Amino acid sequence: MKRFLFSLMFFLLLILIWAGCTGELAFLGLSESLWSPFVLPSPGVVAQYLWDNTLNGKIPMSMLITLRRLLIGYAIGLVLGVPLGMLSARFRSVSDTLGVLALGLQALPSVCWVPLACIWFGQTEAALLFVVIMGTLWSVLLSTQNGMRSVPPIYARAARTMGAGPLHTLVFVTLPASAPFVVSGMKQGWAFAWRSLMAAEIYVSVVSGFGIGQYLHYGRELQRMYQVIGIMFIIILVGLLADKILFSPAEAWLHRRWGTDKE
Amino acid sequence: MIHDKLEQEINAFPTAKLSVEHVCKDFRTRNGSVRALDDVSLTINEGEFVCFVGPSGCGKSTLLNIIAGLDKPDSGLALIDGVPITGPGRDRMVMFQEHALFPWLDVIGNVMFGLKQKPNLTDKERLEVAKYYLFLVKMDRFAHSNIHELSGGMRQRVALARSLAPNPKILLMDEPFSALDAMTRERLYGDIQDVWAKRKKTIIFVTHNVREAVCLGSRVVLFSPHPGRIREQFPVNLARPRNINNHDLADLSMQITSALKGYTAAESD
Repeated sequence: MKRFLFSLMFFLLLILIWAGCTGELAFLGLSESLWSPFVLPSPGVVAQYLWDNTLNGKIPMSMLITLRRLLIGYAIGLVLGVPLGMLSARFRSVSDTLGVLALGLQALPSVCWVPLACIWFGQTEAALLFVVIMGTLWSVLLSTQNGMRSVPPIYARAARTMGAGPLHTLVFVTLPASAPFVVSGMKQGWAFAWRSLMAAEIYVSVVSGFGIGQYLHYGRELQRMYQVIGIMFIIILVGLLADKILFSPAEAWLHRRWGTDKE
Repeated sequence: MIHDKLEQEINAFPTAKLSVEHVCKDFRTRNGSVRALDDVSLTINEGEFVCFVGPSGCGKSTLLNIIAGLDKPDSGLALIDGVPITGPGRDRMVMFQEHALFPWLDVIGNVMFGLKQKPNLTDKERLEVAKYYLFLVKMDRFAHSNIHELSGGMRQRVALARSLAPNPKILLMDEPFSALDAMTRERLYGDIQDVWAKRKKTIIFVTHNVREAVCLGSRVVLFSPHPGRIREQFPVNLARPRNINNHDLADLSMQITSALKGYTAAESD
């Protein structure tokens, strides 16, 4: 609780400095903004923008559209990446081919897929999904592969001596044993998916739905700095919430079972 | 009805006779091949508690792995009740040097793992059987603990319960106490003798500690390295339960230790 308050104070201080620099603390004599609101709007203006557009439904709607793209793309990335990673960990022929390909493509920032996606799929949902999948798939594949490889061989040996067959060993021993690695890989994949989607939404305007990234893009086009900053806050918020809702419980459970908490 | 079946399961004392016939095993290393086992033959009777002792590289663990079915001999045969061993099986359970318990399962979940491979039991019956074995190793209070919360000695107790639970004919123990402190080890010597008396298993126990072997085994089989061979065998007829600090026990282990030193010295000449 004390630590939480300490963090809270820090962020309040940041906002106060911001407010002071943009002339919102008139009662302290700080009524002049140091910069034009075109460069840095005051926190009040940004908050007003967020409030209005939340009430009129524009931001919730665009969040819904963006999250839908994200979840679909991410899910496809996982469904492909986890089994391929398992195959790559198990069979040398797969790791020498697909594993190397994944290593190469992972080095490619996902925004670099955008031009290709635009030419292949045009200004469509498919283009956005493609970019997200390319951003997710390779990192999930590689971390699953590494996770499976770091499972101590004694677990599988123990399972074999207890009469477990190869499939049973894979599902009930190797897979849970690699869970800590796979979950951190999934988390990394999620971060990549989120970055990819934002890049894609900024560059690709799609008629089928106006996502958060597109609001950011049009904020710049229309010279609305308050929109740019407001939407950046939304992007941070979505990223944090996803992390807390999706991954924190799984990680907490793993830490409790494995005894890997830092306390 | 369920009760009868449980009693039947728990009161069954399967044991087996084991024979090893002219087993050879080479390991290929960068510097050529090393003969881990050279024409080793051995018979172990039903319900016998046999300890394999020897310095590292003498092939005692290799032989255990062959009996477990985790390794295959290059030539020769290992048989259980006359049937050749071709792979791991539920009739032989292994307890490893590291506990090898699964950290994603709690204590009872670990004991259940081997039991789940055993047909003809319902999950409820398996749970009762698992509880019985946890009780036998005095770990019933910790059924729902996580593995990392247990001490080293407690972990090996759970590992013992896990290997006993499917009621194997043979229990194979590969230096199970070598990572524990002396106090914990002494307590486990008592427990394992108690389990052997109650469960009447054939036990093969691998160790490099002569005193430990004399304390536990009805017979001590002495191995020598390069190439791995059985050098000598010593029956141990001391009264049970044995205490590792007992005089007669110390005398016998001294005798075995000097035999061990004798041939390792002769070899280095």
